[in-house]
Amino acid sequence: MEFRFEEVEKRHGANIILQRLTLRFPAGGVSAILGESGAGKSTLLRLLLGLDWPERGQVLIDGVALQPARRLAVRRQIGYVIQEGGLFPHLTALGNLALLPRYLGWSGERIRARAAELAELMALPAALLMRFPAELSGGQRQRVAVMRALMSDPPALLLDEPLGALDPLVRDELQQRLAALFRSLAKTVLIVTHDLAEAAVLADRLLLLHQGRIVQDGPARQWLEQPADDFVRRFVAAQRGGLAEALAGMAARADGRAHPGAPDARAR
Amino acid sequence: MPGRVNDVCRRYTPGGRAPARVALALRVLATLRALAVLLVLAALVPRAWGAEAGPASRAGPAPGVASSSPGPGPAPSIGSKNFTESLILADLLQLAAQRRGLALVHRRAMGGSAILWQALLAGSIDAYAEYTGTLRAQLLKGLPAGANEQALRSALARAGILMGAPLGFEDRYALAVPGALAQRLHLATVSDLRAHPMLRYALSNEFIDRVDGWLGLRRAYGLAPRSVRGMDHSLAYRALREGAADVVDVYTTDAEIAAQHLTVLRDDRHFFPRYDAVWLYRQDAAEHWPALAAAIDALGGRITVQSMQRLNAEVQLGHRDDRAVAAAFFATLVPGAGTGAHAAAGGSAGPGAASALRSSGGGAGATQLLARTREHLLLVGVSLALALLVGLPLGVLGAQMPALGRPLLALCAMLQTNPSLALLVFMIPLFGIGARPAIAALFLYSLLPIVRNTLTGLASIPAPLVLSAAALGLPRHVRLLRVELPLAARTIIAGISTAAVINVGTATLGALIGAGGYGEPILTGIRLDDIGLILRGAVPAAALALLVMGAFQLLERALTPRGLREFREP
Repeated sequence: MEFRFEEVEKRHGANIILQRLTLRFPAGGVSAILGESGAGKSTLLRLLLGLDWPERGQVLIDGVALQPARRLAVRRQIGYVIQEGGLFPHLTALGNLALLPRYLGWSGERIRARAAELAELMALPAALLMRFPAELSGGQRQRVAVMRALMSDPPALLLDEPLGALDPLVRDELQQRLAALFRSLAKTVLIVTHDLAEAAVLADRLLLLHQGRIVQDGPARQWLEQPADDFVRRFVAAQRGGLAEALAGMAARADGRAHPGAPDARAR
Repeated sequence: MPGRVNDVCRRYTPGGRAPARVALALRVLATLRALAVLLVLAALVPRAWGAEAGPASRAGPAPGVASSSPGPGPAPSIGSKNFTESLILADLLQLAAQRRGLALVHRRAMGGSAILWQALLAGSIDAYAEYTGTLRAQLLKGLPAGANEQALRSALARAGILMGAPLGFEDRYALAVPGALAQRLHLATVSDLRAHPMLRYALSNEFIDRVDGWLGLRRAYGLAPRSVRGMDHSLAYRALREGAADVVDVYTTDAEIAAQHLTVLRDDRHFFPRYDAVWLYRQDAAEHWPALAAAIDALGGRITVQSMQRLNAEVQLGHRDDRAVAAAFFATLVPGAGTGAHAAAGGSAGPGAASALRSSGGGAGATQLLARTREHLLLVGVSLALALLVGLPLGVLGAQMPALGRPLLALCAMLQTNPSLALLVFMIPLFGIGARPAIAALFLYSLLPIVRNTLTGLASIPAPLVLSAAALGLPRHVRLLRVELPLAARTIIAGISTAAVINVGTATLGALIGAGGYGEPILTGIRLDDIGLILRGAVPAAALALLVMGAFQLLERALTPRGLREFREP
């Protein structure tokens, strides 16, 4: 599924959130959108889901402009995961997974089979599916949230700070699992995060949103080597070396040997 | 109608012994049964009184189109207002007609003046006893201020209504003081009060605010007492007895005047208008049944204010059945009439009434409690069900559209701040008396907690959950049913529970307008100053409130899924 923003302008009252933004996310790519709080990262995702509408310009999905009449159909084609999962507390994990499929007319058998398949994919013990969200740990809840987004095997996945509320160990584990998942699924994935290292682990393409514009757009290494301006430089520096270590860690994992900190990265 | 505007509320049924209450209870139950059907058919279309009488009603046209009313029915029927004196007067006419071989149907305690008047105009009843002051001030508003009796008669004739000769007594406002006090201070007239501004006045609330009541009286006599307190009429008598007040307003035929040895002060400046008791009857009925007119004529001038006071006292303070009291009095009017008197009572409206009257005995208390419980539950149940049907959708709508939600809440809050009594009174012109207006008022009362809790329950669902539900691509109604309403369920049930508990309490006021329920013994108890009787209504009402609360707690526990019970917001 391909996403395109054309001359999109979005305001909140007098505040301009997005300024004549033109942007394309080709099908199958994994991109991360970074920026400060309130930079409009989440707005970007909401515009794709028809949960918010631009003042000017248009959002195109697979080349077709998003219209209010089409929004329900589009939402069913896009999995959406928010921070802390947004699981419905009155339903069990399975109940949460079943909500949309049941509306779409799936049989109980088909729902259970798909849930079991996804539980294995996300390394979640199947017994936990009968629990209510309040009876699950934060990491387990987040896995269920991702599973819910994947139930109908949508061609695209939007994640808004999916790991933001997790403790470091769980977060690291889930990061690796998601990274592997994205690579294996070949879906269009957009991740909103303010953590540069996480973005580097999960995505091939990193975009920095600042004052309504995209100021940097490219792979993580490009951010280090060719920062577009001083803001990018400061944004990277503020991550306290996280990016360099993440890149080193990734390289190490890729090479299958220890590689603590590349010299060029340490220079930053 | 000076002094009559609240007669429905103020002087509600007799000293009610069991019989009167049971008769009323049965009447209300019959009405409710008819009501259930009507509610479905007419969906609360305001129709003044037409359906009031239940299945026995000769359905007349809407008020104000008297000319097209149907001709006389198989037997003439007469009505009475909702207080002792009116019941006794109707009983007496029934006896007088019986003596002339005419059986009258007495539709007991139908409501206030407006209701009876409309019923008469439309041919729903053929006669009822009214007061000339009420006619002048309230019912025939087009009449010039100083209209004489002839003007009154011709105005009535234009509507096809005849007026009988005055019955011989007046029932109007007056001021009264304890006899001993009157003697000590030499009080005989209202003017005498001027010399004693230290006297404490306890006046009925409706009397205080009327230009033809206290407002005008004070001006006409130049009275300036230090202390004037407004209170319920029957409680004023109690205050007088306990020495907490010195001057009260009375109706000149009140039973308490004689019983408490009160001195009624003479209206030496003729401030209060005349309130002669007279029979009003339909011309077509009089032509069809000459015995009806003859019976009315026969009663003219036969009832003095003293005898009316005594009759009222026998029913209200002596706890006797109004029919028995009327029969005994009728026997003194017409020697040898005693034999026919008893049979006449059988002509009362409500087929079960007569037999129920005689079933008083050991089991009567329990039966009565059961009947009241059923009435009370019906009032609460029907009004609550209607409030749910209307309140839930309104709450949902308000939550979707804040622009609508805010004024909606304000409106419900406004209804809530209305004193329940006032709300009941507002309902009378729309729904007559009985269970209908009570249910309507309780319905309006229940709206606020239900609408507010539905609205806030939905509006306070955490934003991430609302967002997640929307992003799933579920249509609006599925989100509402599967996600939002279950999440708001606890708050909504709490609102319904609040409404139900308030309803159980407020429904006791329904007895003021003939809706029955636990309020009946409470009101009668207050009137008769009988704590035991009050408790017979108050205790079951409190128990029912607790029961309802408990039931809703169980319901809440049953309806709340485990996940929500253990859900703690992070």
